[in-house]
Amino acid sequence: MPELPFPLPPLPTVSQVVFLMIAVLAVFGSLAVVLARNLFHSALGLVAAFFGAAGVYIVAEAEFIGVSQVLVYVGAISTLIAFAIMLTRGMMFGATSPRNRQSGTAAIITALTFVVLMALMRGIPWPQAGEPIVDGQLIIAGLGHAFVNEYVVPFVLLAMLLLVALAGAIVVARDRK
Amino acid sequence: MVPLTWYLILAAFMFSSGLFATLGRRNAIAVLMGIELMLNAANINLIAFWRYGVAPTENLDGQIFALFVIAVAAAEVAIGLALVISVYRNRRTVNLDDLDILKG
Repeated sequence: MPELPFPLPPLPTVSQVVFLMIAVLAVFGSLAVVLARNLFHSALGLVAAFFGAAGVYIVAEAEFIGVSQVLVYVGAISTLIAFAIMLTRGMMFGATSPRNRQSGTAAIITALTFVVLMALMRGIPWPQAGEPIVDGQLIIAGLGHAFVNEYVVPFVLLAMLLLVALAGAIVVARDRK
Repeated sequence: MVPLTWYLILAAFMFSSGLFATLGRRNAIAVLMGIELMLNAANINLIAFWRYGVAPTENLDGQIFALFVIAVAAAEVAIGLALVISVYRNRRTVNLDDLDILKG
C-alpha cells in the first residue's frame, strides 16, 4: 500500500455516527426555533431539538434521563407551547419580522458567547472516553435510592414546587370575569 | 466512544441559539422556547460530564441534577405560558416591542 502524504483521520465508530446524526437533528431544530418566521414552525423545531437532546442522553448511556426527556419535554412542554401558540394566534401570521428591535445587539452578544465558549473549550485536555458502564441497571437503581435517601428533601421540595407552580399557572391564566 | 468535546460543542451551539431566541425574538412564546433550549443545553453538559467523570455507575449527581432541571423547567414553562396568556388577554398582543408599559 503506498504511503499517503497526510494521515487519514480515524474512521468514526458506530456511536459517533449515531451521535452526529442526532446532533444534526438538534442543530437544525435549534436553528428553526431561532429563525422560523412562523411560530408554529419554531415549535416543531423545538420538538426536533428536544428529541435530539434525548438521543444525546441515550448515546451517553443515560437512558432514564432520555426517556424522561421525551415524556416531559416532547410530551408535555411541547403540547403546552402548542396550546399557548394557538391561544395567542394573533401574532402567528402576517408579522413583519420575527425579530425585535434589539435583535442586532442580541446577535452580537450571542456570537460573542459562542466564540468565548469555544475559546474556553480549546486547550483543555478533555477525556476521549469515559469509564465503561458494565451494568446499566445499577444506575436506575442508584437513582431510585438517591431520591429516597440523600436527596429526599430536595425531592419533596421539588414536588411542592411543581404543585405550587401548576396551581399558580391556573390562577394566573384564569379568566376573572 | 464519542469525545467529550462533541457534546460540549453541541451544547454550546444549542445554548447560543437559545440565547438569541431569548434576546432577539419578538414573540414572548419564542422567548420561552429559547429558555427551554438553553436549559436543554445545560442538561446535555450535565449528562456529558457525568458520563466522563469518575465512576459514573456510583456517582450519579449529574443525572440527578439533570432530572431536577427537567422538573423545574416544566414548572417554569407552565408559569411562563400562563403569564403570556394573561398578558394576551389584557393587552391583545404578545409582541415584546409593544409590552413596554413598565418603562418610565
